[in-house]
Amino acid sequence: MHKDLLGLARAEPAVRRHLAVCLAAAIVAGLLVLAQAELLAGVLSGRFAVAALLPLVLVVLVRGALGRLQGVSAGRTATGVKSVLRARLMRRFQESGPAGPRSGELVTLVGRGLDALDPYLTGYLPAAAVAAVVPIAVLVRLFVADVASALIVLFTLPLIPVFGALVGWTTKAVTERQWRALSRLGGHFLDVVRGLPTLRAFGRARYQSSVIREVAAAHRAATMRTLRVAFLSSLVLELAASLSLALVAVPVGLRLLSGSLHLDTALLVLLLAPEAYLPLRAMGTKFHASVEGVAAADEAFALLAPASPASSAADARAGDGRAEPSPVTAGTAAAAGIPRTGRLPGGRARGDGARADGARADAARTDGGPAGRAPEIRLEHVTVRYPGREQAALDDVSLVVAPGERVALVGESGGGKSTLLHLLLGFVTPSEGRVLVDGVDLATLDLDEWRRRLAFVPQRPHLFAMSVADNIGLGGAASPGLVRAAAASAQAAGFVEALPEGYDTVLGERGVNLSAGQRQRVALARAFCRPSAEVLLLDEPTARLDGRSEAAVVEATRALAEGRTAIVVAHRPAMIGLADRVVRIGAGRIVPGRRADALAAERGDVR
Amino acid sequence: MTATGASATGTSSTGTSSTGGVRWARLVGTLLGPGMARRLVVAALAGSAADLAGVALIASAAWLITRAAEQPSLAALSVAIVGVRAFATSKGVFRYAERLTGHDVALRAQAATRERLYESLIPAGPLQRRGADLLSRMVDDTEAVQDLLVRCLLPAVAALLTGVAAVVIGAFLLPVAALVLALGLLVAGVLLPAGTAAAARRWSARIAPARAELAARVADLVHGAADLAAYGAKEQALADGMAADARLAALERGQSRINATALGLGVLVQGATVAAVTLIAQATGLGQVATAVLALTALVSFEPVLPLAGAGERFAGVASALGRLAEIQASPVMVAEPERPAPPPEAPLLVEVRDLVVRHGDRDPALAGVDLTLTPGRRVAVVGPSGAGKSTLLSALMRTADIESGDIRINGVDIRSYATDDVRAAMTGLTQDPYVFQASFRDNLRLAGPEASDGELVEAVRRARLDAWADRTGWDTVLGEDGRTVSGGQLQRLALARALLYDPPVLLLDEPAEALDEETADALTADLLDATRGRTTLLVTHRLRGLEQVDEIVVLEEGRVTQRGTHAELVSAPGYYRDLWESETLAASSRASTG
Repeated sequence: MHKDLLGLARAEPAVRRHLAVCLAAAIVAGLLVLAQAELLAGVLSGRFAVAALLPLVLVVLVRGALGRLQGVSAGRTATGVKSVLRARLMRRFQESGPAGPRSGELVTLVGRGLDALDPYLTGYLPAAAVAAVVPIAVLVRLFVADVASALIVLFTLPLIPVFGALVGWTTKAVTERQWRALSRLGGHFLDVVRGLPTLRAFGRARYQSSVIREVAAAHRAATMRTLRVAFLSSLVLELAASLSLALVAVPVGLRLLSGSLHLDTALLVLLLAPEAYLPLRAMGTKFHASVEGVAAADEAFALLAPASPASSAADARAGDGRAEPSPVTAGTAAAAGIPRTGRLPGGRARGDGARADGARADAARTDGGPAGRAPEIRLEHVTVRYPGREQAALDDVSLVVAPGERVALVGESGGGKSTLLHLLLGFVTPSEGRVLVDGVDLATLDLDEWRRRLAFVPQRPHLFAMSVADNIGLGGAASPGLVRAAAASAQAAGFVEALPEGYDTVLGERGVNLSAGQRQRVALARAFCRPSAEVLLLDEPTARLDGRSEAAVVEATRALAEGRTAIVVAHRPAMIGLADRVVRIGAGRIVPGRRADALAAERGDVR
Repeated sequence: MTATGASATGTSSTGTSSTGGVRWARLVGTLLGPGMARRLVVAALAGSAADLAGVALIASAAWLITRAAEQPSLAALSVAIVGVRAFATSKGVFRYAERLTGHDVALRAQAATRERLYESLIPAGPLQRRGADLLSRMVDDTEAVQDLLVRCLLPAVAALLTGVAAVVIGAFLLPVAALVLALGLLVAGVLLPAGTAAAARRWSARIAPARAELAARVADLVHGAADLAAYGAKEQALADGMAADARLAALERGQSRINATALGLGVLVQGATVAAVTLIAQATGLGQVATAVLALTALVSFEPVLPLAGAGERFAGVASALGRLAEIQASPVMVAEPERPAPPPEAPLLVEVRDLVVRHGDRDPALAGVDLTLTPGRRVAVVGPSGAGKSTLLSALMRTADIESGDIRINGVDIRSYATDDVRAAMTGLTQDPYVFQASFRDNLRLAGPEASDGELVEAVRRARLDAWADRTGWDTVLGEDGRTVSGGQLQRLALARALLYDPPVLLLDEPAEALDEETADALTADLLDATRGRTTLLVTHRLRGLEQVDEIVVLEEGRVTQRGTHAELVSAPGYYRDLWESETLAASSRASTG
């Protein structure tokens, strides 16, 4: 029994009702077999008149109806449980954000993965309920009819659970799982098929064909070795059941011969004895079929288990496509050992920012800029740690971004640039230090409110399986005019209008696929579609664009950044050129690098 | 792309009619060579024997008991007693034999399916750019062969033989009753499974899109988590996901109603048949012993037959999976092998491309008349906007895309008269979308040079600027999906190391600096140009830095060569190249001026 799954079924009234109906139907139908045996034995022995066949048909009719009822309510139970689990899992992804590398698996789990619960809910649970009730009822009836036969069944019946559960079930569950894993030498096969273009390029494609054969043969040999043992347990079960029948039938025949037993009773015993074993064997079979479902349930409940989410946000993909789980606030203790004295790279920047502050603020006012004033963003000794990583993603970073300032973040991949953006978005929280927005700690702000003031273009933006217009106007009711204007600014209007249904074209796997550069521009249009945003956070907005589009996007970004604060992760010179200040980040720290120095010096000269 | 075309034909097969059915039947037929057929017969016989033993056990026990009630001599019963014990023992043994032989043959059939499928994929077909999830569905589909044999075919054969045996026993006792039994078995064993199979086909045609819709919504929620959070669109996305789930659940409930009805009907047919057989026996005055044997044989003969309704449902899924595979195997090869291939070209190679036209599917030509010459020892760069046909040109040279008109000659011989493997042995390198296998770093590299010495591996890695990473990660660390993840930049450098290790006479490089950060890209490009000095190279790139060093630059736009010449010539003429060069250099100058 799966405790969590049953708990869930019990907690949901609708599911509980369907499950109860399903189990009750299964049990009653099982008990009706007794009545059926009674009537049939009576008719065959001549104790009942032929007319007793009518109630027999009625019993069968009810059993059929109950069978249908059981199936229908089992289906309702299964869909009910899956819906509840899906809803919880989907909400969970949104609340805490999944661990990225397995995101593909998560999608599979919520979709097809949970379907593996069907055999458990519709097969195993009713079988278990029947197995708990029917054998006892059969035994009671047998004791009333013929104690000798009942005793034989009573003593052989436990052989099934004993052999089954102790010898078979545990080992078989393991071997079946192993067998499934082996039969998914799909793993190897899929790998080879996916890599076929690469193999072809180096003339290794044909060679792999023989490797596939050898791997398959080796796995088959290994699998058959385990199966030979695993199937032994089912041999024992089968033998226990059929030999018990022989054990009952032969003495009964001999006692009939001596006249110490009535034919009526003998036939009843013959009909009922197998029914004592059947439910237990059925339960065993259904259990094996549901092993995968139990594994899926375990996985789902493990994901739902209250972890220690440090942030209430989706963290999704951080640092250069490598996804990173939410950091734990507990990292503070570990970080305490790191000295943080004497190194304040933010010091000078802070001075610069303060100087720029007044001038920018004036400019914003005269330009009439965005409604809300662009805020000052201040990082004070911020350290961000991801669980399971020794090195901090950001290590004692201090930085001040003045209102309206345009900052380019540069530095090698994985250095912490994306983490810095995610920090400002509230996707990750500092393990140490704090982030101040106009002097207020970001941790105390309403994140949804704060994010309404931001426009964000992630490094690998996700396009949703919706229309282009909905993708651009994500999260708000943007007017068609605004969407078009945003697309035009992001250099996306041209290709969008060339799509079969223009802005109404549905994107995604089952819709139109856009090229990487086009996707980037749709995501950029999202940012343009938020005219009220005060802070732009752009993670390599021109990655994967060719030169002409890049230049256009850089120009558009320059216009968008006017009067707003912009923090842009950039690799390409054109984008970097747009910035007032270049901040180099490496190994989680701000590096007083060449360019930053040079630019600071130049700025000093100009002023 | 070709992927959309392939997926369209792939999904259309779900509901295909007889042609698809015939095709997959032929596919299964080819799998079952003489060795397999013998094993399958053994498994079917063992399974049938187990079920027959079950029927015989009950029939002989019924005979034993009713006959004993007539109180004959003990000797009259001895055969039945032996029979009961023998059938009880043999039932389990036969079942064990069936399960072993059945699984063995199923595993063999699956392995054969995969091997055949793989071999049909080796020549570049329209599937070469299939999406990752379509590929994994294809691999899942190969498991359908197992289900076809173990869950559909073998139980059906056993049920058939058992049913026939029961009807024959009945015919000896009372032909009319046997007729009724045959009718009942036909309803439960043919009509009901056919019904569930048809229902499953019909419902899965409705369920599949609902399932795909749910998967898309969930993928949006998971992969787009950051976007949704940043734009405050979480709640809407959640509501969409739950609505998709509700639609799917409603359909699944519909399907489960059909299956539950089939289940209930099965029980009903079994009971009604037994009652009818008993009634007829009583009415015709058949003796008590014969009546009991008849009734109980009828009752038990349904046991292997009733599960066929479930098998029918599964069969519908198996048939469509195998239909999809058959369709893939029947899909035309894009590049045909020559009947009598010319001997492989010998280095040094002169490659001449003349008026080359290449088309993907029915769309406008990806290359519309391209001329290009690769002279031994010279390096040529191809630049142009994305979608201009740069990668298609490489595909044509590597014979993974076919030539519509014009030609490519290697040392004066038409490329189409060489075996495609020989062409790729001569011209290859860093291709688009390089793949990391689930294998050690060393093996991932070595696939491009199975006989290479360790020194050569190290040298290739060093020249691809991957040495520091390799030392840090370890040469025997397993990479790939279940192993250590490889970033885009590292992947690109691994692919470059492979290309350098393979060392083909003509080196093709497709966007080697793609996905690298600016500085690494510059460094890599510099190294690359050093490493390729004096060797025949075709470099496809969108970055112009360093191209002063190549001998010729070809600008490709919309499938045509719009400019060609050296870097110096191209920057002095108006056009795509100069625009791009200016926008690349603009940054530096604008940085200087803003500063």
